[in-house]
Amino acid sequence: MSLDPAYLEYPHRREGYDHSLYEWSAIHQRPPVRWPEGKSVAVFLCVTLEWFPILPDGPFKAPGHMVTPYPDYRHYTVRDYGNRVAVWRMLDAFAKAGVTASFAVNAAVAERYPKLVEAVQQGGHEIIAHSTDMNGTIDSSLGEEAERALVADALGRLEAATGEMPKGWLSIARSQSWRTLDLLAEHGLEYCCDWVNDELPYRFANGVVDLPLSAELSDRTIIAAQQHSAEAWGEMMRDAFGFLSREAAAQGSARLLPMELTPYIIGQPFRIAALESLLADLAARPEAWFASGSAITENWTSQQ
Amino acid sequence: MQEGAPDPGLYDYHPYRGRRKIAWPEGKTCAVWVAPNLEYYEIDPPANPHRKAWARPHPDVTGYSYRDHSNRVSHWRMADAMERHGFPGSVSLSVALCDHHPDVVADGAARGWEFFSHGIYNTRYSYGMDEAQERAIIEDSIATVERATGQRIRGWLAPALTHTPRTLDLLAEYGLDYTCDLYHDDQVQEVKVASGRLASIPYSLEVNDHYGFNVYGMSGREYADCLVRQFERLAAEGEQSGTVMCIPLHAYLIGQPHRIGPFEEALRHIAADPRCWKARAGEIVDAWRAQQ
Repeated sequence: MSLDPAYLEYPHRREGYDHSLYEWSAIHQRPPVRWPEGKSVAVFLCVTLEWFPILPDGPFKAPGHMVTPYPDYRHYTVRDYGNRVAVWRMLDAFAKAGVTASFAVNAAVAERYPKLVEAVQQGGHEIIAHSTDMNGTIDSSLGEEAERALVADALGRLEAATGEMPKGWLSIARSQSWRTLDLLAEHGLEYCCDWVNDELPYRFANGVVDLPLSAELSDRTIIAAQQHSAEAWGEMMRDAFGFLSREAAAQGSARLLPMELTPYIIGQPFRIAALESLLADLAARPEAWFASGSAITENWTSQQ
Repeated sequence: MQEGAPDPGLYDYHPYRGRRKIAWPEGKTCAVWVAPNLEYYEIDPPANPHRKAWARPHPDVTGYSYRDHSNRVSHWRMADAMERHGFPGSVSLSVALCDHHPDVVADGAARGWEFFSHGIYNTRYSYGMDEAQERAIIEDSIATVERATGQRIRGWLAPALTHTPRTLDLLAEYGLDYTCDLYHDDQVQEVKVASGRLASIPYSLEVNDHYGFNVYGMSGREYADCLVRQFERLAAEGEQSGTVMCIPLHAYLIGQPHRIGPFEEALRHIAADPRCWKARAGEIVDAWRAQQ
């Protein structure tokens, strides 16, 4: 038994990465970053607004997609609960705490629920692109023209429904193909939230900025996958904020706390209080800068 | 091992009760070693017929960038926490990291860490290798780590825990002292090899941060509590005969901002206990070997 000799050849074994998408740099060796008014921890709230067609399609099934045989009313309707009920609780919670979020919106949600889009915009929140709908997944099995069409379709429909062109992009399940970064640049997008390898923004070789939206710190991971309570989730966020504010002080450089929020998960009646109390606590911390993805990215860019 | 036999014959049965006393230095009862995995996962590795590297067609952005967090951000955070409480690292190293991110390896070396091999990449599996191919990865590991750190590797943790029936024999033949691949005991044990000798040092999957977070879904506080309980029990049992506790880590997991604080509290607790011997893997194997 033996493997193809090529299995023991390493053509990309060299200093730096085994790709040329971005360069390596250790966070503590970079020039210090400072947020406005001396704040040291930018809190990036990113709410995903998702519409799951009851018939799954696309290169792979998005997290949260249908589970039982067609017609899966159970999962279809509970996802819809997020857009009908839960997100409204979250908008109230943001207003009460006086904080700003970014909403990663499927184009189909913007088209189907104009009152929701209006409320998000009136709340002073940012809308970023989150594909067409939850069948609009990307990976390398998607052809170039199909992917280009998907990005253009998502952006065109979002612009038509919201009146503005999004600056940011979040892929479903953070999944990209080899071409995605270039297609985002080609369509004028300034940043994406897909790569989770850092805790500050950084720039890809093609100019697009990554604003890392940690999957570890999402309600889907902590509550739905790891099965913790909303209160335990809140405790983890407080632990993270406390640690980052201490690290920022020790290293003299600002930090970023991303928090991905899914209405049908965190916006349930028995969980929403955990979000409300967390927002109230963090908003009272002098180190906290609640900001949209664009505001964080622009501020960071101005310091580079 | 006995290839094809239902029991691979890696070691003799040796009941926990009634063993000869192992004595650790200065009367300590539990040797605690911290094993950070410093790894490199390739974004688009060649396919191994026995195992896929990534779940989806590459690039698996989440999988790759999740692990890259270690080399950009969390390694430094984890290493500082270990150093503050006096724990050196014994590193399971994807040796190609010496080429890709030499700063990370140099940082570990400067902190007095010991390096052993975890294969070339954690995306190249031993399944299906012939003997010459397996020798090539061992020889590559020895040469690469020696060039990067001046250290001669003494141990092995198979890349992505992938083995062949001859792996342990080859490690002994090349003069390596220990393997981290067998999880049958809380004390160092002799492994049956074709020639020479090889010790099995307790590593752990159950208190590995990967199992804690990604298999058992623990919070950082729950995981830290497990480490303290694991230590308390092993330190008490070590009054009879010295035990070994391994804390296997991945910076991209333990170094997340919501976990590193509780983890550091667990390290503080263990470090402050007079029964704790903070050691490198090689020192533990040497102290055990001297008593055989």
